[in-house]
Amino acid sequence: MYNFNYHRPKDLAAAAALLQANENAKLMAGGQTLIPTLKQRLASPSDLIDLSDVDGLSGIERKGKHVQIGAMVTHAEVAASAVVRRAIPSLAELAEGIGDPAVRHRGTIGGSVANNDPAADYPAAVLALGASIFTNKREISADDFFKGLFETALEPDEIVTSVCFPVPVKAAYMKFPNPASRYALAGVFVAKRAKDVRVAVTGAGESGVFRVPAMERALDKKFAAKSIESIKVGEEGLVSDLHAQADYRAHLIGVMARRAVEAALKAT
Amino acid sequence: MPKITLTVNGRAVSTEVEGRTLLVELLRENLRLTGTHVGCDTSQCGCCVVHVNGKAVKACTMLALQAEGARVVTIEGLAPDGAPLHPMQEAFRQNHGLQCGFCTPGMIMTAIDLVNREGNDLDDSTIREGLEGNLCRCTGYQNIVKSIAAGARAMKGKKRPAAA
Repeated sequence: MYNFNYHRPKDLAAAAALLQANENAKLMAGGQTLIPTLKQRLASPSDLIDLSDVDGLSGIERKGKHVQIGAMVTHAEVAASAVVRRAIPSLAELAEGIGDPAVRHRGTIGGSVANNDPAADYPAAVLALGASIFTNKREISADDFFKGLFETALEPDEIVTSVCFPVPVKAAYMKFPNPASRYALAGVFVAKRAKDVRVAVTGAGESGVFRVPAMERALDKKFAAKSIESIKVGEEGLVSDLHAQADYRAHLIGVMARRAVEAALKAT
Repeated sequence: MPKITLTVNGRAVSTEVEGRTLLVELLRENLRLTGTHVGCDTSQCGCCVVHVNGKAVKACTMLALQAEGARVVTIEGLAPDGAPLHPMQEAFRQNHGLQCGFCTPGMIMTAIDLVNREGNDLDDSTIREGLEGNLCRCTGYQNIVKSIAAGARAMKGKKRPAAA
């Protein structure tokens, strides 16, 4: 790992100022992806801005029909949260399935969505539930936020402050983890919302998380696993690597989607 | 160089580190607490697990400076020299929960964290899921699972050591 200047600002304004003043600065939330990346010298920032002490990035709050989660809230905190368990149990379960217990004690929701790893779990929930990402500048809808492989709508000096999830009618997340790395080969989040159904897939797309409109239309008509039995997801745009070929991933998406629908129906 | 102040196994520590110094490097190299091991250095094997503010973390995937002001407990903090072993350590000894012993410090720190979160009566599947981030290349895990179940029961009602 190359060395860097370490900063630990106390508030958002100071963090944003540091980011603006140092062109090659990077923000660090839990560091569970960034530190391994630094070790491999895939990133070599001049300055590292640790968000641990920044005010206002913690806490989970029910706000009417929404649950707002601070950017620095860890996966373990989401998994253990009574508020999340009651309002969106599928989200707590998703958080409980990320990495391992030690990683979940450090990794954060803000870090995960800002990094937008194509195999990360959170982007599927954010996109399927139609969440909003709040930053120090604005609110960004999930549909506008994820821009491709490790790419988001965030500007260079923008900092994620929270993620706000609308409470769905029912929802579930199912993933098929790689047996060794436990990263999703395909993960599908299905959300039945007040007015529509949304299906988002992670782990399988070459450009990261994506929706499956054909499944959404079919589930909107009737929310049952049978409704999507005959829907085939095309191989185009899916990842083919040593872990799984595109056709296998396409097949997994169908299986995980049906299991997610069944789980969502059972959950309520 | 930046200065860092923290508590390690109940002792106040103040030292200088580089920005890039990992917590595990601070523990092993600056403080000579070599019970915490580095296995994979890629946050997969769990040999470097320590407790930071009461929670298990991988010390190879945390900067030393991130532990500023924190309370860190390593395997050495469970049973200071001459003191009886911690119930979880004793359970690993009784149940032959180790062979080469390289992964054992991380296994034990992870196991105690699991008991703190899930209580003293742990079934096999809870233990196995709890060990997701810890690898052992000797035992085949059977005796580790047995050790943790026994250690969890033995920890019941026992006051935890001050440092842990």
